[in-house]
Amino acid sequence: MRAFSYERANSPADAAAAVRAHDRAKFIAGGTNLLDLMKLEIETPAHLVDVNGLGFDKIESTPDGGLRIGASVRNTTLAADPSIRRGYGLLSRALLAGASGQLRNKATTAGNLLQRTRCPYFYDTAQPCNKRKPGSGCAAIGGLTRQHAVIGSSEACIATHPSDMAVAMRALDATVETVTPGGATRKIPIAELHCLPGNTPDIETTLAPGELITAVTLPKPVGGTHIYRKVRDRASYAFALVSVGAIVQRDGTGRVAIGGVAHKPWRVEAAETYMARGAKQVTAVLLDGARPTQENAFKLTLVERTLSSVLAEAKG
Amino acid sequence: MTVAEEVSFDINGASRTLELDTRTTLLDALREHLHLTGTKKGCDHGQCGACTVIVNGQRINSCLTLAVMHQGDSITTIEGLGTPGNLHPLQAAFVKHDGYQCGYCTPGQICSAVAAIDEIKAGIPSHVSADLNAAPKLTETELRERMSGNICRCGAYSNIIEAITEVAGRPA
Repeated sequence: MRAFSYERANSPADAAAAVRAHDRAKFIAGGTNLLDLMKLEIETPAHLVDVNGLGFDKIESTPDGGLRIGASVRNTTLAADPSIRRGYGLLSRALLAGASGQLRNKATTAGNLLQRTRCPYFYDTAQPCNKRKPGSGCAAIGGLTRQHAVIGSSEACIATHPSDMAVAMRALDATVETVTPGGATRKIPIAELHCLPGNTPDIETTLAPGELITAVTLPKPVGGTHIYRKVRDRASYAFALVSVGAIVQRDGTGRVAIGGVAHKPWRVEAAETYMARGAKQVTAVLLDGARPTQENAFKLTLVERTLSSVLAEAKG
Repeated sequence: MTVAEEVSFDINGASRTLELDTRTTLLDALREHLHLTGTKKGCDHGQCGACTVIVNGQRINSCLTLAVMHQGDSITTIEGLGTPGNLHPLQAAFVKHDGYQCGYCTPGQICSAVAAIDEIKAGIPSHVSADLNAAPKLTETELRERMSGNICRCGAYSNIIEAITEVAGRPA
């Protein structure tokens, strides 16, 4: 691990100033992904700003009947929160499907959104990777691609976003609240937070340098049956091959977002028009334009079958 | 560049202050600086659970957290749960049920299990809980899911679950 200086920020303004004052500064909260990457020298911050003391650890009601989740609320706390369990079961389920008990106790809401891909070629510093080292090439293309993206990928990168939580947040129409280094606040719809790789897979979100996530808000509950189905190589403690997060209403209408298929949680609202007609028609629109490899083409079928199973479960 | 920081925390009931390179993980602080070598380094990347300790009542991977980020925290390691002459009930149950072969993952398994039982008692649901809004049950399926962050290379899982089940109490 490269040497770095460390400070605890006491206010968002403090944190912003600290990041402005140092080259290659990074925020740290749970640290479960960042420290892993620092050990491998994939992340090499020169300064860490600890944002655990900013008071972003609360879950509060919003005036419109929704919830405001502080950026540093731990994954365990969020999954177990009674309001989340009652009104946003999909979010609880997605969180509980991810990582391990130990990791969920540290990992935060904002950190979960900002975690980096688990593409093995990104992790292997002996391999070229446009995300890790822009312009160096992509070792995944032509490599072992069973886990990789099937849609929205580019000639530069076929990595997936690994988060389960983000899939639920996408289906729930979450909004990400931030503060910029200049002190301005803004609200980013979750659909606009993560980028597709294009020619710049190193740019993963629309956050500006030094911009800090302060909270994630959820609109008021939409009811329905909430199901998060994760398909993976082990029954627990593994990343998704594909995952389906769905909210299905009594009349069969609803929403669906999927994980394990793209550089961001994948949702195509137009596909949801067909929810009541079944998985085949939804998947046809949801995965229109998919460009799988020979090794991961199975994901297209797996998404349809998983969604079919989810819709059947929702029907009861 | 300043790369050393002072940090004070409570380890197994004793207050300790250390001057540490900022890069020191909690795991390395425990093993290399405090010589509490019961906590084990397996993968050092949060994948195996051998380094599991309990911080402020919650289990975490001590390899994936910086020691300097634990100012004022209360940390319990395997040394704080029991001693050779006064075993923690889970330690005794692991011996009785043969919950290990080589023993390397055992301190992490036991710390994890202590906290996992508390999580069930606190009503925290898991991936296998049928009803998110009901109290989770103390079943083998629940314990297996909750212990999935602790890998046992010797494959003593069945005996580990038996040991934990005995201490946690059979489902009503």
